[in-house]
Amino acid sequence: MAWKKTALAWIAGLTLAAGSLTAVAQQAGTQFVGITGYRVGPYGANGAAFFGGFTDYLQLVNARDGGINGVKLSWEECETEYNTAKGVECYERLKARADTGPTAIHPMSTGITYALLDKAPADQVPLITFGYGRTDATDGRVFPWVFPLMSNYWDAATAIIKFIADKEGGEGGLKGKKIVLLYHDSAYGKEPHAVLEAEAKRRGFDLEMIPVPHPGNEQQSQWLQIRRIRPDWVILWGWGVMNATAIQTAQKVGFPRDRMVGNWWAGSEIDTEAAGPAAKGYYAASLNLAGKKFPVVQDIEKIVYGKLNVGGDPKLIGTVLWNRGVAAAMFTLEAVRTAQAKYGKKPMNGAQVRWGLEHLDLSAKRLQKLGFGAMLPPIKVSCENHGGSGEVRFQQWDGSAWQAASDWMKGDSALVHRMIEESAAKYAAEKGIKPACLGG
Amino acid sequence: MLYREAGQFKTSYRADQQIFPILQDRIGMLVLGFVALVGVPLVASEYWLTAILIPLLVFSLAAIGLNILTGYAGQLSLGTAAFMAVGAVATYNFQLRVPGIPILVSFLLGGGTAAAVGAVFGLPSLRIKGFYLAVATLAAQFFIPWLLVKVSWFSNDSASGVITTQPVEILGFTFDTPLRKYLFALVVVSVLALVAKNLVRSHIGRAWMAVRDMDVAAEVIGIRIVRTKLVAFAVSSFYCGIAGALYAFAYLGSVETDGFNLDLSFRILFMIIIGGVGSILGSFLGAAFITLLPILLDVALTEGATALGLQLPSGMTSMVQLVVFGALIIFFLIVEPLGLARLWQIAKEKLRLWPFPH
Amino acid sequence: MQFFFEVLIGGLLAGVMYSLVALGFVLIYKASGVFNFAQGSMVFFAALTYVGLQEKFGLPGWAVFGLTLAVMVVLGIAIERVVLRPLVNQPQITLFMATIGLAFFIEGLAQVIWGTQVRRLDLGLQDEPIAMLMDRFNMLVSKFDVVAAVVAGLLVAVLAVFFNRTRIGRALRAVADDHQAALAVGIPLKQIWAIVWSVAGFVALVAGLMWGARNGVQFALTFVALKALPVLILGGFESVLGAIVGGLIIGASEKLAEVYLGPHLGGGIEGWFAYVMALLFLLVRPEGLFGEKHIDRV
Repeated sequence: MAWKKTALAWIAGLTLAAGSLTAVAQQAGTQFVGITGYRVGPYGANGAAFFGGFTDYLQLVNARDGGINGVKLSWEECETEYNTAKGVECYERLKARADTGPTAIHPMSTGITYALLDKAPADQVPLITFGYGRTDATDGRVFPWVFPLMSNYWDAATAIIKFIADKEGGEGGLKGKKIVLLYHDSAYGKEPHAVLEAEAKRRGFDLEMIPVPHPGNEQQSQWLQIRRIRPDWVILWGWGVMNATAIQTAQKVGFPRDRMVGNWWAGSEIDTEAAGPAAKGYYAASLNLAGKKFPVVQDIEKIVYGKLNVGGDPKLIGTVLWNRGVAAAMFTLEAVRTAQAKYGKKPMNGAQVRWGLEHLDLSAKRLQKLGFGAMLPPIKVSCENHGGSGEVRFQQWDGSAWQAASDWMKGDSALVHRMIEESAAKYAAEKGIKPACLGG
Repeated sequence: MLYREAGQFKTSYRADQQIFPILQDRIGMLVLGFVALVGVPLVASEYWLTAILIPLLVFSLAAIGLNILTGYAGQLSLGTAAFMAVGAVATYNFQLRVPGIPILVSFLLGGGTAAAVGAVFGLPSLRIKGFYLAVATLAAQFFIPWLLVKVSWFSNDSASGVITTQPVEILGFTFDTPLRKYLFALVVVSVLALVAKNLVRSHIGRAWMAVRDMDVAAEVIGIRIVRTKLVAFAVSSFYCGIAGALYAFAYLGSVETDGFNLDLSFRILFMIIIGGVGSILGSFLGAAFITLLPILLDVALTEGATALGLQLPSGMTSMVQLVVFGALIIFFLIVEPLGLARLWQIAKEKLRLWPFPH
Repeated sequence: MQFFFEVLIGGLLAGVMYSLVALGFVLIYKASGVFNFAQGSMVFFAALTYVGLQEKFGLPGWAVFGLTLAVMVVLGIAIERVVLRPLVNQPQITLFMATIGLAFFIEGLAQVIWGTQVRRLDLGLQDEPIAMLMDRFNMLVSKFDVVAAVVAGLLVAVLAVFFNRTRIGRALRAVADDHQAALAVGIPLKQIWAIVWSVAGFVALVAGLMWGARNGVQFALTFVALKALPVLILGGFESVLGAIVGGLIIGASEKLAEVYLGPHLGGGIEGWFAYVMALLFLLVRPEGLFGEKHIDRV
């Protein structure tokens, strides 16, 4: 049985490859960035855009600036398939790849974030959860190693309500109105419930919450219910195929799309393009603007895609999630730069990057200089506030692209702040953590 | 020459019926046990412990659970992950809500809860068989996670529904480092695997196999089908429940109900098919194969590309991996449909003759 | 009352969409006794190939349809040769696992060729309410769903003619009844299997187009298989008619349950309701609605 032997030989050969599994692969003197990404599986399209932008920005910084203050970047991406167990495996693998650790990890999945919540502080690896993950981790005194940068789900929920109120004629405009929350029936979808209920009570609108079971590729019954309720607005809290289906089914039951507001995981081209013309007029809260007009995007197109030709799929350039990936990479590198100012121009380790993140200050001027311009709001992180902004901006799908439909705006930050402190305190008590700021 | 049973005489039934009747096997197991308990902790890096060995042990246990049901009792189930979720969540809640309860008792109670739930979902097996039963067990796979998410009491009302587990502490000793967690998992899995091995050799195990091979004939010789099937479901779910608890407490440190999905059930089914249906050893081999294969593919592909100086388009590696993984599974099923355990058996027979093949 | 009928009709039409997928399972199970879990991946593969070809060459719809069909036939033949033939006479569970491996393979392959981008599939048909019914009775019936139902009806009619009136069809039925006897009277089993897998590929293409036009062509199309499984239990693994009737029953009861029962249980029960219903049904009739009753001999 020659082929059985061949197979065995191959398996043996593969086993040998495992020997190099834990070897330090980093080229000496570079800042190694470990990436736990996903480009296959049900959310592969989302991951391909986000991590495409992420690595493209790393390429750009290497090629255009020669790294950060002369420290070149190296990186490795490990495929998680959005699967928690695989994410942990990737994290452990990447962590051991360089003496300085993986810089900072963007898990891009709630499940992986939670699984790393205890591991990361023990390993001194900062986690950046840009628009997902544990909301109360915004309190850096309880979660010193987790950075839900910019805005969290509760910020988004209150901002959406404010946006709707503005459309309905200001502060008191929501009294007696009906709003339906159509949510992915999972932990993620339940995230905004408490905030929205508080808002409903305060502003005096009726709130109905309708769950859509995973994966959400069939929503006939939910939308017939919505048709019967006749709400003034529908908030879409979806993920993956559920978003496109919701928009299509809204058209099917004749619900106007310009009375639908999604959150930022329901607001990318992936969601609207799949729904076709039905999506025209649909709003979404965004963490970042879409488009190619920002200098950094043009630089990437020119250098990474043009001159070097090492980019990914050029169709993704300038899409919402791709831009978000670029922004996420920029956060990581700016934290490194901030840390370098204190610790010297060499590769930074986890603890130093953490310090850099906690002192990250991206003013409008700084963002301008980095080429991001209006893509992001100014962000100033502190120990008490690991988010640093809390602002979102609304975009509307015009049938072919996302267009800004509001200014950067904040929801009810007092309410969000109170809830975060309560929740973080509860977690601290459960875990026996004494809230305190970590120093340098 | 080395592996020969000639000259080993059994003088009592007891000696004849031990788990490893051949001296060399006993030595082998001792060596293996020694390596796992002493050797591994000395050499294994944190990556190997956390990312490979602990999940391997956990999945082996789940595979043993499924193997009891599918391999020994002949009932195909696609709900393994759901029973794991029950075990994990139940253990968490016992630990949370019963003050001062020892963690091992929580584990046992968690497994017991999973067993009870498993027995309930095993009821349809009294009427239906084969793929109809397999699809019916999907009811458990979809219903249980829904219930666990829906009733937020199970996750102690955490806003995101994800549970962070309590530390594992036995008699004041905390299993917190990867090495300690590994040893904890190793002991739990070894003990349960030994129990399982003895269980399938006992009258219960023989009843399962009789039902599997021909239920009518089994009934004729006086085996109570109803009880036998339900016990199989309960025992299997107990193992899966403990595996789920280990998955949460020793491996991830968190419970995300959505993680216990159909994919996981399939993965465990793969483990027993690849490892060998109706074999405890096969459960371990299959778990090792399915856990290690994707990682090896990933590393081999990345290393290969680096060595050859290729720059693969980003994302391509992940997809090629998926293709190769699927192809390897099919290839393996074609080459050795009876699984790795069968290969091991063949190897042993060859070894017995070695080095004189005739 | 009007709302009840709206839900009922919507559910029945959604059920037809499930049946479209279930049909592919039935065909293969009937002819080769394989529970083909890769059917969902084939739906995804077919839809992605269709859109991909359309994007690449910009051909008219019928030409792309023909090309995709050819690809699906090649795939079917390849599966028979590479996967099924070496696994003849293996236990059913081994074959089942092989189809899961096949599912991984097809999913990966589809994305290697066409990428992970989500694409829109335009059949020139907007998913809108039928205006006449809307104005007259304020009753919501989707144009798209009605077309889908007609397509499904046509598909079943074509399959019925194919099975009952053609030589190959008769051979297929003979194989389904008894492999050994079919072989004995000279029916080439291997070719028949290749044909069945090709026909299943054709059904997957139709299902892929309908579902793809609705949800966008993306990986999640593979999930439609999960919607088809309860339909199969209910209708029986071996009955084409069962797939249709099962789909209608599952679709209607699932939607009615979600609307009327869901709010009392916290909602989102659609994910498991169909399975539990099929399960309860099985307790009464273990071989499904139209399944064949097997007598096990000792």
